[in-house]
Amino acid sequence: MAKTLPKTDVVIVGVGWAGGIIAAELTKSGLNVVGLERGKERKTEDYFMVHDELRYGLRYEMMQDLSKETITFRSTEKTRALPMRQYGSFLIGDGLGGAGVHWNGQTYRFLPYDFEIRSKTIEKYGKNKIPAGMTIQDWGITYDEIEPYYDKFEKLTGISGEVNPLGGKRSSPFPTPPMKKTPAMQMFVEAAGRLKLNPYMMPSANLSENYTNPDGIARAACQYCGYCERFGCEYGAKADPVVTVIPVANKTGKFEIRTHSNVRRILHKGGKATGVMYTDVTTGEEIIQPADIVVVTSYVFNNVRLLLMSELGKPYDSSTGTGVIGRNYAYQVAKGSAIGFFENQQFNNFAGAGALGVSIDDYNGDNFDHSDLNFIHGGVIAIGQPGSRPIQNNPVPSGTASWGSEFKSKSVHYSNRTIGVGAQGSSMSFKHHFLDLDSAYKDVYGDPLLRITFDFEDQDRELAKFLAERCSKIVTEMGADKVDYLKELGPYDIMTYQSTHNTGGVIMGSNPGNSAVNTYSQMWDADNVFVVGASSFPQNAGYNPTNTVGALAYRAAEGIVKYREKGGLLV
Amino acid sequence: MNRSNKGKEPSKDAVDGNSRRKFLINSGYALGGIVVGGALGSLIKRKPAAENAPVKTDEGKAAEPKNYNRALMFLTQDQFRIVESATERIFPEDDAGPGAKSLGVAFFIDHQLAGEWGFNGRDYMMPPFYMGESVQGYQGRLKRKEMFEIGLRELENYSVTKFDKSFVELTGEQQDEVLKAFESDEVKLTTISASGFFKILRSSTLEGAYSDPLYGGNMDMNGWKMRNYPGSQMSYLTIIEKDFTKIEPNSLQDHLVAH
Repeated sequence: MAKTLPKTDVVIVGVGWAGGIIAAELTKSGLNVVGLERGKERKTEDYFMVHDELRYGLRYEMMQDLSKETITFRSTEKTRALPMRQYGSFLIGDGLGGAGVHWNGQTYRFLPYDFEIRSKTIEKYGKNKIPAGMTIQDWGITYDEIEPYYDKFEKLTGISGEVNPLGGKRSSPFPTPPMKKTPAMQMFVEAAGRLKLNPYMMPSANLSENYTNPDGIARAACQYCGYCERFGCEYGAKADPVVTVIPVANKTGKFEIRTHSNVRRILHKGGKATGVMYTDVTTGEEIIQPADIVVVTSYVFNNVRLLLMSELGKPYDSSTGTGVIGRNYAYQVAKGSAIGFFENQQFNNFAGAGALGVSIDDYNGDNFDHSDLNFIHGGVIAIGQPGSRPIQNNPVPSGTASWGSEFKSKSVHYSNRTIGVGAQGSSMSFKHHFLDLDSAYKDVYGDPLLRITFDFEDQDRELAKFLAERCSKIVTEMGADKVDYLKELGPYDIMTYQSTHNTGGVIMGSNPGNSAVNTYSQMWDADNVFVVGASSFPQNAGYNPTNTVGALAYRAAEGIVKYREKGGLLV
Repeated sequence: MNRSNKGKEPSKDAVDGNSRRKFLINSGYALGGIVVGGALGSLIKRKPAAENAPVKTDEGKAAEPKNYNRALMFLTQDQFRIVESATERIFPEDDAGPGAKSLGVAFFIDHQLAGEWGFNGRDYMMPPFYMGESVQGYQGRLKRKEMFEIGLRELENYSVTKFDKSFVELTGEQQDEVLKAFESDEVKLTTISASGFFKILRSSTLEGAYSDPLYGGNMDMNGWKMRNYPGSQMSYLTIIEKDFTKIEPNSLQDHLVAH
């Protein structure tokens, strides 16, 4: 029998960016909050030995242990879903701070277009521009409405950057100046200028200078050590929940973090949650934590899975297109890129930071005319210099053997003679892309795994090709002696790393018919449950998701405080 | 290019005759002339037991400190020799610098196979197992260490069938031919995918060449030196805006001392 603990005001499931922000805001407002985190405690001191590409980059030290739980995947409803037995396409974070610890720190705002994509597309191109089966929809919130929350997250994290000439309006300047510019980035800026594009420094959570945020949290400037993505920051320069919001919540004395606590069910009765049931993974004991408000802030997959296992909200049925939990799973088209080989110039490719780069949005959103194109939306194109670690970065010109003397001499020769320019293509939602529970595969507790049904569509193939060609033009203009770029996207595969920018499944919207949560991330079907994260994106934009996740967390926190006072649906 | 360690590396010739025996002797396996049975005994018995002396460098100078990391945790000596030969073909020594063999890649692979990676400790290995679509990734029930045992045995079988010689006795070109037959799945195996095995062999070769020397490969950081990768540095603040700058590498061990 499960042990029942005393009730708390709020219980948070998963203490990453969303959980951490909400914990900080709610405890500051006087609420008692319990944070349940299934992974372990993390701290900056863990990372003295972090410059270890094998351990962190290839053996996934920061990631969820797949031997205990994974997802299953199939391309279509006609094929049998099979478990993702090893990491590949995306990396699921684990431990305190979640994926917010191993991220790169690229902190873009979505475009105003992103939030109203359906109505803006129809308005400009007509209804037929949206192909049959594409289920994109407006968010129910506009850029102007979400802007103040972006502002909060950027001040929390101290984002370094400069104004995006093609982005939405900003209410205040970037908290810190842009990162330093490497010679390769300078070449990109000049080439983009000659091509009449609009380059701007990539908005970065790596910190260009020492910074103290509005909560009084001080962090040191980035050292460009070249170990961000898949790694924790030994300086605390890269913003993550452990060095920003969690200490703020802890300081109130009202936040209790329980690590090694894997939440398995949301308990509910008559349309209201009563608490959660979790397993203490160190003892195997099942524990019930009653709460007035349940906030679900784990990664996309577990947000969806927890709701489905708890039978909370209407599960999505792809055959009828009805129901909402699991609907509109989307991802990213990250392969549209180009690489340039330079015979007579070497670069400090080994140095860098996760969000060190220059971006252009000329081919993102609806910043360019789509009248004669077979796709909508686009993606940000950027030169990034994250630090080319040697196991994973061995580019050779096309036509080179993949092993043997030719591969070896060329991979060594080009190790500091290449420049990559890549795009993060947006990902539209489709009726037949969704998440549900797998009936065959279980986790270590005997609970069903989450199943992904997803493949690339014509939209994605066209978009990837288009973006790769644009990337190629820029690299050529930069003076590369040889340029290789993606010619054909191919099917979606679960083995190749693309991005950890999975979205949807508990999407946000203006009404319960087409969405699971309102714009405060409050569930339509249970008003004391808030589900926060990229799971609420109705489709994915052509950017990294974290700034938007952070903004939605601030808005949810505001909503929870309001709900605590007045009750009922906030919208 | 930094080749200064050439000739000093104790493992470098470990698989060829003399050095291999020295390696065994130094590892404490030759027990004062006692006949040792099994595979180990057969290796030792091939040579007289006269050279029971400390290893000298080629220049005949004083013995260098033993590298206690140079021993096997998982592979047999025969398997080790195949791994060393095969990875050297994948990543050969050339004018640019050392290859897999002198970087210690085979030791790296042996050590990895003995640990969590070899046991697929953090992979989802629960049944049921089905053949999947190629986009669904590895769906086998075998662990990496089992794949290596089978893959190495089959490399050997294929060599003997095709050339009537052991893999390690083939010319470099013949070894390439064998590896290509695996890479292209021209070799049909029943329990594992030949190309899947080759892929792991290739990727673990690069891991062994370029991971921190802590793991047994990238001997003396020579993999990093070859490609001007500075390893683990605390900061690049002073060069990030500058043109290409050559920096002497540091390893995690330097980092440990620094803290």
